[in-house]
Amino acid sequence: MQAVADAHHAHGEPSSFWRRYVFSVDHKVIGKQYMSLSLFMALIGGLTAYLIRWQLAFPETPVPGFGFVPEPTMYEGVVPPEFYNALITMHGTVMIFFVAMPFLLGAFGNFLIPLMVGAPDMAFPRLNMMSFWTLCSASTLLVASFFVPGGAAAAGWTGYAPLSADALFTGVNWGLNLWLLALALEFASFLMGGVNFLTTAINMRAPGLTLTRLPLMVWMQLTAAVLFMLSVGPLVGGAVMLLFDRTIGTAFFQPARGGDALLWQHLFWFFGHPEVYVVMLPGFGVLLEVFPVFTRKPIFAYRTIIGATIATGILSFVVWAHHMFVSGIDPRLSMPFSITTILISVPFAIMIFSMVASLWGGSIIFATPMLFALGFLATFTIGGVTGIFLGSATVDIYLHGTYFVVSHFHYTLFPSVFLGGFAGLYFWYPKMFGRMLNETLGKIHFWITVVAFNGVFIPLFLAGAAGNMRRVYNPMQYDFLKHLAPIHQFATVATIVLLIGQIPFIINFFWSMFAGAKASDNPWNANTLEWATTSPPPHGNFEHVPTVYRDPYEYSPPGAAKDWVPQYAPTA
Amino acid sequence: MLRWFPENISTFGGDIDGVFALIYYVVGFWFLLTEGVLFYFIFRYRRRPGQPARYVRGERLTEVAWVLVPAAIVLMLDLGIDAASGPVWARVKEQQPPGGVDVRATGKQFNWEFTYPGPDGKFDTPDDLTMDNELHVPVGQNVHVVLRSKDVIHSFFIPNVRLKQDVLPGRTIKAWFNATKTGTYEIACAELCGFGHYNMRGFLTVHSADDYQRWVHEHWPAAATANAGAPAEQNG
Repeated sequence: MQAVADAHHAHGEPSSFWRRYVFSVDHKVIGKQYMSLSLFMALIGGLTAYLIRWQLAFPETPVPGFGFVPEPTMYEGVVPPEFYNALITMHGTVMIFFVAMPFLLGAFGNFLIPLMVGAPDMAFPRLNMMSFWTLCSASTLLVASFFVPGGAAAAGWTGYAPLSADALFTGVNWGLNLWLLALALEFASFLMGGVNFLTTAINMRAPGLTLTRLPLMVWMQLTAAVLFMLSVGPLVGGAVMLLFDRTIGTAFFQPARGGDALLWQHLFWFFGHPEVYVVMLPGFGVLLEVFPVFTRKPIFAYRTIIGATIATGILSFVVWAHHMFVSGIDPRLSMPFSITTILISVPFAIMIFSMVASLWGGSIIFATPMLFALGFLATFTIGGVTGIFLGSATVDIYLHGTYFVVSHFHYTLFPSVFLGGFAGLYFWYPKMFGRMLNETLGKIHFWITVVAFNGVFIPLFLAGAAGNMRRVYNPMQYDFLKHLAPIHQFATVATIVLLIGQIPFIINFFWSMFAGAKASDNPWNANTLEWATTSPPPHGNFEHVPTVYRDPYEYSPPGAAKDWVPQYAPTA
Repeated sequence: MLRWFPENISTFGGDIDGVFALIYYVVGFWFLLTEGVLFYFIFRYRRRPGQPARYVRGERLTEVAWVLVPAAIVLMLDLGIDAASGPVWARVKEQQPPGGVDVRATGKQFNWEFTYPGPDGKFDTPDDLTMDNELHVPVGQNVHVVLRSKDVIHSFFIPNVRLKQDVLPGRTIKAWFNATKTGTYEIACAELCGFGHYNMRGFLTVHSADDYQRWVHEHWPAAATANAGAPAEQNG
């Protein structure tokens, strides 16, 4: 395998602009492309959140700044119910499949795996380029679906059949077909990516880099890739079947013509639950890389964390029916799934406790990446513990499909994707672009983001407890929800603050790229291999293939001259 | 958080709220403990000059026990939650207590159709009564609801009763409840079913025994002859 990689390296650096920056096979360029795409899609996801929240807080009033949108999408700035359903569908789809995955796996996985294992590039660079451009096509189709007659898909991001199976039910025809095509292409893209992640991390590790010396970020990316590849098959099949139902007259999911209404849910959630960990584990990976650097001590219980990660991955395949407790499955099936679901708290507790224990006796430096990582851990815990309520089939009878669920999964995903993602971005930006991000702007960004996020979703837990159903265009139609108007208004104001709070980041991101302080090769005094090369690394990454002599987190070992001993430092 | 719940008016609702309360206190304790330790560590171990970090790898059993022992306690509490949760689930969803009144609820874009068997106590006979969005039941009696859908998936949700059950096209699903308090309560659709989903609202009216007889008398066809009380037979 090393030979393959060397052969690729020997191809040399491409000289034309197109091959260098657009159709590049260099994993670092591809990683940055994934990052740009995901951040752009995050803007769309954020705008949909703004529209949704405005409607919930101030129902059927014009959304400030959106008066220009023509009918029948919006009416002088007012969101109609059809468009509201499209917004919630697209918000979920964009954020999960076109932000979370490209950001955490696409950007960080691509950029970091070869650097962290000491390889010159991914195992299959052309496949890597193809996976990005497949995703780019998928994103284009998805964004385009806003503009086709009938509007974008409006059956929820979960696309429950038969609502999604016939244009008759939502009035959306091409929008939903494009949505399905975009999903199928997205899955194909990440399958190609997964092949690369696995092959690179398993076959192209530098000499001395055994699996138990592998940085935890690589372990998390590997586990995520395996989970994704093992779970996505049924949903790819399901997506094609649904497309057939919609276009060529099959009836897999249409009971009126002999199909079944629950089949789609099984196919979707068999993938959908492992998918949660596909997104979450790389976020944890960032945290586990950032913690040792900014506490100057090893991660607590490295091997135990790997074990807990694998246990979580395995368990994640036998919990999917917890999305379906009240869906009409045989009720006797619910308790076994309830037990497996609640059991997931054990490996998660091990991981969370290990992360907390990693701080014990540390020398904590509150740089921006560390602030985001700590914010991640503190807020994710809320998402973790609220999962127990929903894991109990009994409590789920009442809470299912309410804002309690919405808050719960935002508390798991937002910290993983955005707090974890930003921690990683601030941490590896110097390696990516050769310049430092501004710390002051970074800290402002952190505090607004973390406070505003809690301001959105703490109140929505209460709305959920009050029984407020999700995906309801105007909750004020219900007398029993009318008293929640102030809660919705508070959450909406917090959403607006959260969105505005990203402006310091956007300024920082672009300003620092050209005017930031020049980054040294290893600005954080970190140990892992990506810091062994220049910032940014050259084509081919390393001048000489590094040799690894020790574990990844040897910070403050007794008797050492400095408080860090890199993996590539030879033993005395 | 329980005080945000709407008033419970069903026989099993209190048990569901009880499991919620149990989980609330169990995870609340762990949440406060975890966050407390986290913030204490963040404060206590902030960088201070002359205080190097301690080299602790957490690989020895004596060290990793700090993580594994709490995790084992979490496991025990998990099983406790399952044990408390299971019987309530079985009572609400797996069993159908005998006796009481029968009604059919059919979801369709974007209404709930409630069908009553009429004076003969049988469905699919000419004296059936169908009303849109109005479910009338007697207090203190088991109400058996047969759920169907004419088009897409809906979800039959009565917040005050703590009852939620998806309604599937092509299948017949049985649910039951027993209301303990008279009054009018809202019924919602809790599964996205199209552009009118948000307005798929119904009303549950829980009548006292006398009121229920009066309502039956006034609304059921065939003037609710001698056996008008038949569907309202008492059960223990």
